[in-house]
Amino acid sequence: MSDEFEGAKTSRRSFLTGAAAAGAAMGAATSAQAAGDPLITEVQDWAAGLGDGVDASPYGLPIEFEKDVVRRNVEWLTADTISSINFTPIHALDGTITPQGCAFERHHSGAIELRKEDYRLMINGLVDTPLVFTYADLERFPRSQKTFFLECAANTGMEWAGAQLNGAQYTHGMIHNMEYIGVSLRTLLEEAGLGAAGDIRDKWVYVEGADASSNGRSIPLEKALDDCMIAFKANGEALRKEHGYPVRLVVPGWEGNMWVKWLRRIEVMDRPVESREETSKYTDTLENGTSRKWTWVMDAKSIVTSPSPQKPIAHGKGPLVVTGLAWSGRGAITAVDVSLDGGVSWQEARLAEPGKPMALSRFYLDIDWQGEEMFIQSRAMDETGYVQPTKAQLREVRGLNSIYHNNCIQTWHVNANGEANNVEVS
Amino acid sequence: MSKFPELALAAALATLTATPLLAEKLGIGRPATPDEIAAWDLDVFPDGSNLPAGQGDVWTGEEVFAEYCAACHGDFAEGVDNWPKLAGGADTLADEDPLKTVGSYWPYLSTTFDYVRRSMPFGNAQSMTDDDVYAIVAYILYSNDLVDDDFVLSKETFADVVLPNADGFIVDDRAETELPGFTDRCMADCKPAAVEITTNVVFPGDPNSGTDATPISQAVMGTAPAAVPEAATEPETEAAVEPVAEPPAKPMILDAALVEKGAKVFKKCKACHKVGEGARNGTGPVLNGIWGRTAGSYEGFKYSNVMADAGGGGLTWDAETLAGYLENPRKYLKGNRMSFAGLRKEGDIAAILEYLKSVSQ
Repeated sequence: MSDEFEGAKTSRRSFLTGAAAAGAAMGAATSAQAAGDPLITEVQDWAAGLGDGVDASPYGLPIEFEKDVVRRNVEWLTADTISSINFTPIHALDGTITPQGCAFERHHSGAIELRKEDYRLMINGLVDTPLVFTYADLERFPRSQKTFFLECAANTGMEWAGAQLNGAQYTHGMIHNMEYIGVSLRTLLEEAGLGAAGDIRDKWVYVEGADASSNGRSIPLEKALDDCMIAFKANGEALRKEHGYPVRLVVPGWEGNMWVKWLRRIEVMDRPVESREETSKYTDTLENGTSRKWTWVMDAKSIVTSPSPQKPIAHGKGPLVVTGLAWSGRGAITAVDVSLDGGVSWQEARLAEPGKPMALSRFYLDIDWQGEEMFIQSRAMDETGYVQPTKAQLREVRGLNSIYHNNCIQTWHVNANGEANNVEVS
Repeated sequence: MSKFPELALAAALATLTATPLLAEKLGIGRPATPDEIAAWDLDVFPDGSNLPAGQGDVWTGEEVFAEYCAACHGDFAEGVDNWPKLAGGADTLADEDPLKTVGSYWPYLSTTFDYVRRSMPFGNAQSMTDDDVYAIVAYILYSNDLVDDDFVLSKETFADVVLPNADGFIVDDRAETELPGFTDRCMADCKPAAVEITTNVVFPGDPNSGTDATPISQAVMGTAPAAVPEAATEPETEAAVEPVAEPPAKPMILDAALVEKGAKVFKKCKACHKVGEGARNGTGPVLNGIWGRTAGSYEGFKYSNVMADAGGGGLTWDAETLAGYLENPRKYLKGNRMSFAGLRKEGDIAAILEYLKSVSQ
């Protein structure tokens, strides 16, 4: 095997050189047409030699040519990478499902390693029988499968203060969208029995993780019984450790911090705990100095992922696919509009498929770009009739000191070269 | 009527769940024991209910804080680097850049107690006694000028403390202040036609590239200097005559299992000390090559005078000196800045020494 591989390596280098020359200018493309594209007229190594055997990668990673499509963090954003965040490369992905390996991470005390055998989930508080489940126990309950987005409340938070970071990954990459497999939280609560809770309308559950941050959040019992899930698989396979292996909570449409990872305890109670993450963090300070709390639902939002600063137009004039993502914590996306002139006029984009409640939607707009300057924006509408606002509209209500829950319309300025930059416009 | 308006939409749910649920049980799981519940259910509520027994005064708090917290949060809770500031910021919440601390922002003291007790110190959570936690919280209050220096925090005095921003929060009001206003789907002539840029991007390039301001789009498109493709003329025979790698000058013999154990113990150190390729000084110096290094000599790190002097006096890190230092850093080198209580277990010290040796290869 190694003989063929060495041979392939050498000629791959010449191929790269040739491809670079061919792609460098329009002139090269013309001469290639005259003589015929060597990629077609000459027998290539991959058409003659052999590739990897089936034992080369028992669990495969993306091919090396895609090595830039990775999560990235911003070093100076936080004191330490252990309590920090990174960003999904949404500028380079398409469709709606986020591969787990590049889905953003946010930890408060690092991504821990917790074996299934060591996993315990406790339900206590206002229940008829406080219970402990093992991982194996959870797999015996009736299962469900649903796709949801998870957005960190701080996504786009940097942008309150103006156009800060240059790329959809950095401005909007604290989001992922996965197909979860698990058990409904309702099922587990009913197993413990909610007779002791009485009227459920003014009750809460407190959910807490097993890591050192003991991230805990208070959630209205109504929401817990409505659509929350105890998930142990995502996109068909076990959760990654950075997403809470072996078990995380899924709180559809609500801010990511509530989706407690390494979930170890659920307590039914008659009041909220007022934990660190629901008072000192994830709250929005308004202009007069008072702060909003319990802003759980993530409002409708969208972003053009291409073209964008990390994904400029590289092909010159002519047909151009404008694409992006839209989502709403209040239900399904019903439409997405795109503006090329900074919000003066709008046209409706095409949804790749009908919106699903609290899951990402992919939109496309196919245009003929003739090298004109563009201010590209997108605007999401959801089934409640909500229309994604501008930053100015949000600032009018919330002032300038807000950080979290920024769902404003984003503008990319595209110049005649097809380069895109993050801007704010009049 | 539900107090959570966004849930009121689920009308069917409301009727279904207004009464206790009587669903059929599957008999999976087992009852939790009272001891198990006590071990995990540490919730403390704003009114102080569920607090453990214990107490702590400001002066004890200052000592404990110096030992466990000051490396990141500063001696006076003022914060080091990007680590959270715990004190200051009074009356700044309506200012342009509010300083949000326990004193200026946090509404409830129970939150501070709960967080310190369950999650601090960073990297060694739940290692402090409840008395220590009471003392630290008392000191944080003192740092914020909220109590006098003779204050003693306990289950009994807890309710006497009301944080300044206790009434500073409102419940999500978007249903009234935002949702009704965000419904206009204008399609044409939505604003004056001459759209202008009002703000350009602050960090045009790779946010991790420091001063390199090459816009990301240029870097991506190759208008910035791109990597030169590897020469195609490289002789094909090169691979066949690959030289045999020379052995390292002084090979260290390592116990792999012990290194692995040491890596786990090192989690206690990781918040401050970095190792491996690309490691940079943090709250503590980089530990690559610590084995055999002169104390206080890592480039670019600002050591305490005591540590720098010890190095000047000939202190070198080896099995004996590191073991002594790590067992009790304060006693070993009085006045040095490392706020770490020390490794109590002899096995942990042996393991971490092996690990530090491994990162010094």
